[in-house]
Amino acid sequence: MAEQRDAGLDSAPNDNGGAARRALVKVAGLHKRFGTLEVLKGIDLEVRAGEKLSIIGPSGSGKTTLLRCINHLEKPNEGHVYIDGKLIGEKLVDGRYVEMKDREVARLRAGIGMVFQRFNLFPHLTTLQNVMIGPVKVLGMPPEAAEAAAIDLLKKVGLGHKRDAYPETLSGGQQQRVAIARALAMRPKLMLFDEATSALDPELIGEVLIVMSQLAAEGMTMIIVTHEMQFADDVSDRVIFMDDGQIVEEAPPHELFRSPSHRRTQAFLRAVLEKQAYQ
Amino acid sequence: MSPAQLEVATHEWMPQLLVAALGTLEMTALAYVLGATVGLLIALAGHSPRRFLSAPARFYVEIVRGTPALTQLFLIYFGLASVGIAIPAFETAVLGLGLNYAAYMAEVYRAGIEAIHRGQREAAQSIGMTHGQTMRHIVLPQAVRVILPPMANYAISLLKDTSVASLISAPELMLRARDLSSEYYMPMQLYLIAGTIYFVMAFPLSRAVRRLERVLGKGHAAGAA
Amino acid sequence: MGSAWARTFEQFPYLFDVLVTGAGMTVIVTAGGFAVAVVLGLVFAVFRTARSPLLRSAATLYVEIFRAVPVLTQLFIIYFGLATIGIKLAPIPAAVIGFGINGGAYLTEVFRAGIEAIHRGQTEAAYSIGMTRPMTVWHIVLPQAIRVVLPPVANFAIGLLKDTSIASAVAAPELTYRAHMLVDQTYLSTQIYLMVAAIYLMMSLPLSRLVRRLERRMGQGHLR
Repeated sequence: MAEQRDAGLDSAPNDNGGAARRALVKVAGLHKRFGTLEVLKGIDLEVRAGEKLSIIGPSGSGKTTLLRCINHLEKPNEGHVYIDGKLIGEKLVDGRYVEMKDREVARLRAGIGMVFQRFNLFPHLTTLQNVMIGPVKVLGMPPEAAEAAAIDLLKKVGLGHKRDAYPETLSGGQQQRVAIARALAMRPKLMLFDEATSALDPELIGEVLIVMSQLAAEGMTMIIVTHEMQFADDVSDRVIFMDDGQIVEEAPPHELFRSPSHRRTQAFLRAVLEKQAYQ
Repeated sequence: MSPAQLEVATHEWMPQLLVAALGTLEMTALAYVLGATVGLLIALAGHSPRRFLSAPARFYVEIVRGTPALTQLFLIYFGLASVGIAIPAFETAVLGLGLNYAAYMAEVYRAGIEAIHRGQREAAQSIGMTHGQTMRHIVLPQAVRVILPPMANYAISLLKDTSVASLISAPELMLRARDLSSEYYMPMQLYLIAGTIYFVMAFPLSRAVRRLERVLGKGHAAGAA
Repeated sequence: MGSAWARTFEQFPYLFDVLVTGAGMTVIVTAGGFAVAVVLGLVFAVFRTARSPLLRSAATLYVEIFRAVPVLTQLFIIYFGLATIGIKLAPIPAAVIGFGINGGAYLTEVFRAGIEAIHRGQTEAAYSIGMTRPMTVWHIVLPQAIRVVLPPVANFAIGLLKDTSIASAVAAPELTYRAHMLVDQTYLSTQIYLMVAAIYLMMSLPLSRLVRRLERRMGQGHLR
């Protein structure tokens, strides 16, 4: 983590003496259709190591689909996704693109952490087991080492004392924090957050955002799909506004939130502010 | 199967087996109607706040569901004979299978009623409906959606269960197949043909039921409420 | 008629003894058929959800055929039919195989529904931490599916217990068959069948009660 922070935004972590600023995530020409509905209409995006990118926009704009294409939970119809310079979901064989095998995709996914809107904790495992199962079964870590690391992670998200509890006994906010610990246990180089607080009661949102801010401060590369505008403003290096399957505007938060240039961005932000006025 | 056997099969067996299959269908239909009607009465009685109705109803369901249909058929057949009432085997089978299925169908009705019951009853009572009115106007119409798929599946299983009536010599498909099999000494062929006839009767039904389930969005199984 | 009941009372120990021996055989056939059915059900449920269309079709064929034909017919084919082509099975093995194959078709659908009941979010979460498909099935889907599936499987076992009465038609010496024999001997038909009903009840009611308690507990331990 320290290396990522020192590396900053101007040199890639694997920089071999060049000035190359290789993007950690690169999305090129992404199209995704569900049946006849086109959800992603040509997305081009780059995220550098250590960068925090927030994606905002109305529902149906394709933000979640874009996120899920990045770790290949959705298969794009057109376009390519590169993680740390390597194609995910497909390989180049003799100049042709060929689908990647399940096992190879799984290995790549191990380096990407995802936090879901509905937490998706494994109900038949305790909190500790939820966090440990990835390192032990996927990374082959010895159980004692994995357990120690998992306990540390749970303490870090403030839930060390809940390690033997089952998910159903935890509040939404607690479950989501466990989910974050579970993703972090795999020591990913990238974390994807799919509306991580949208399913939470208002008073529980804060505890999750605190953990996310902490993660951001430690230099984790994060792509965050969110409705929490204040949080996006505080934490992001860059914000993307998506609408109708396309990136409408892309700017640092102080620009996009305070003086958006696009009409659609302005309309969206105005509507969001109106809603927040009620709360 | 040799050509000679094939000839016998089509000319001798098929007409008899097909007629017997009609008997199967008739038995199924009659038993189904009996079961669905009696089952509804039992379900309503079981649901009644009056104990002299609900207790016997629940008792009936427990007993009938706890014993095999075959035993019940034998009991009715021989039990009635021993008190001097001689009902032909076909009618006995209809009666026995109908009463047997009534217990299962009563449970389906009960599940349907309970799936709707709780909050709705209070709403109906709060506008002054009696228990009977609540059932008739509020609960039953909605319960139908929950009840339909299992009831449709029971039609198919009843069709198959009529085969058991052959063991009290009621005229249906399996009995005819058995008689022919002892006449011609070709059980393999005869029972395979009988099986195929059952398949031809049951398979379209089960396809239709599955489409029904999809349309209704899967009424049964845990979590319907 | 009164004398029939008197005779029943006299011979009760003997009658009961014979019937209970039959009941023991009923339990054996049930257990054997259940075991075969569970194995077949698991195998074909996996086929049903496999990626190979060949496996999927084989499973569909198996399920559709053996669920559309009465178990009595299947038993007759296995016991009487196979004998004519040289495969002579004793009544009990024939019954176990027959109920096993028939039950397997039913359980295939139960297991498949159980697997599909596991929310997609679970498999996605497993994939997102780098689990492969087989790992996900083994560690995440199956443990949860087993809990969903337990009540219907238990109810199936109880139904099978009653269905074994049909095995009497292929001379399997279970409860119903023994009852036939006794009736032929003593002509005490009503009385003996009442005893038979009582014995089936004694076997099935406690099991049903257990299953109902199981169902209630499953309802609480939920799955997200």
